[in-house]
Amino acid sequence: MTTPNDDSGFPISHDTSRDRVVPPTGFTAGLTTFTSAAMAFLVVFALALALAANRLSDRWSAALAGGATLRISAPAEQMGSQLAQAIKVLKTTPGIAEARVITPDEQQALLEPWFGPDLPVDALPIPRLIDIREDSRGYDAQGLRLRLAAEVPGAVLDDHSRWQGPLVKAAQRVWALGLFAIVLMAATSAAMITLATRAAMAANAQVVAVLRLIGARDSYIAAAFVRRFTLRALFGAAIGTGVGALAVYLLPSKNDQAMILSGLGFQQLQWLWLLTLPPIIAVVAFFATRQATRRELRRLR
Amino acid sequence: MLKEHGLIDLENVAYTYSGGELLSEMTLSIASGAFYFLTGPSGSGKTTFLKMCYGALVPTTGTITIFGQDPRKMTRDDIALTRRRIGVVHQDCQFLDHLNVVDNIALPLAAAGQDTLADGANLKELLNWVGLGHRADALPPELSGGERQRAALARAVIMSPDIILADEPTGNVDWEMSQRLLQLLVELNRMGKTVVIASHDLSLIRAAKTEVQARVLRIYNKRVQLAGANL
Repeated sequence: MTTPNDDSGFPISHDTSRDRVVPPTGFTAGLTTFTSAAMAFLVVFALALALAANRLSDRWSAALAGGATLRISAPAEQMGSQLAQAIKVLKTTPGIAEARVITPDEQQALLEPWFGPDLPVDALPIPRLIDIREDSRGYDAQGLRLRLAAEVPGAVLDDHSRWQGPLVKAAQRVWALGLFAIVLMAATSAAMITLATRAAMAANAQVVAVLRLIGARDSYIAAAFVRRFTLRALFGAAIGTGVGALAVYLLPSKNDQAMILSGLGFQQLQWLWLLTLPPIIAVVAFFATRQATRRELRRLR
Repeated sequence: MLKEHGLIDLENVAYTYSGGELLSEMTLSIASGAFYFLTGPSGSGKTTFLKMCYGALVPTTGTITIFGQDPRKMTRDDIALTRRRIGVVHQDCQFLDHLNVVDNIALPLAAAGQDTLADGANLKELLNWVGLGHRADALPPELSGGERQRAALARAVIMSPDIILADEPTGNVDWEMSQRLLQLLVELNRMGKTVVIASHDLSLIRAAKTEVQARVLRIYNKRVQLAGANL
């Protein structure tokens, strides 16, 4: 009797003989490669969106936290005195580290995207702004409002809290949605590859029957299918990731006018995340295929 | 006194298929080194009997033991390992059509993790033995019926099994080729292998009886019986 030895073992081994028992072509081969490529492509975008949202959330949090704006609307002849009084109040308010009047040039720059470079800021009754930076202790916004109401009648304090929270929350939700989308895509990939594997096993019923007849163990048969499908998934995912990365790279930059799309992408080391996608999809395919083949084989004797 | 066991033993075996009983009260022992013909009309249960002998089917009632093991209690791996001791040749012999003849024949070795044993000399010898030395690189769909049967026989014996089960091996070939196949099976029997051939071709059985001392089993009325000498 022939004694069995190493006919089982880890399905993704260097043993290519078992790989050859599965016919190399067929619609399931194309389906697996296409599914993996499509999913990897979509994951690239979901990841780019999630990372962009995360950056946005961090940026808004950092930019808006610890800052406030004092807006002074006053007749032109009182503007100077009210600005000076406001600065005086702010400098004597505990918790405020810095208060700086935004210059007309800076205000012009802020308004330029909406009104163009020729806006005569000096000639228009535009409120003046004071940028406030608080120190680590923070200031009493309510108390400051009361003082300003008494001493600088044209001043309105905006501590950003009205819109900072919802914006950061929205960005965080987009980040979470992006991650959820990635998980969904991984699950969809697994489901599609499982279906492809089961279809492949049905299409290759004769191969499976022959292998069982000649004494091949389930582990050998499963390994043949698992290896084939995992490699196909890896190949497809590599293509999808590459195309997705190129598409993200070619998106308009921040300097372009497409404001909605600017910032969607990867920065520096974040590009390395993409290198992990094909192996991750291959691992998903590995477990999905292994589960599917074992289940299918159990139905045969 | 200990009962003497054969390679495959059936005791009061019955097999029910789609509600009807196909085989009934079969008690039989396949002795080591013997040559058997299993005959009976089409649909009498010859293929079912052979499938039970290599564990592809289990009896509805009764007990079958293959090399002393009850297939009902065997794991799937056990069944796979047992099949390496049984060479099976079907009438519609199945191959992996994308592999050439030599790779198909060597497949049992690959599945057993013994590819290294499949060296060129041994395989060439085996191919020449079945008369397919010149067809080693052909794909199965390119083979004639007789060539396919001989390739199937080569694949069945490459693991040096203890027993060869052939299900209508001459069903799709002409008389000359069936005689050639029979000769190969007789040679295997002379090497000590047990051979069981299911066939409804009585002329083949008569021809074989001049070559080998064959026992003829007949499935009749769901039961197996030793056929008389008047075949």
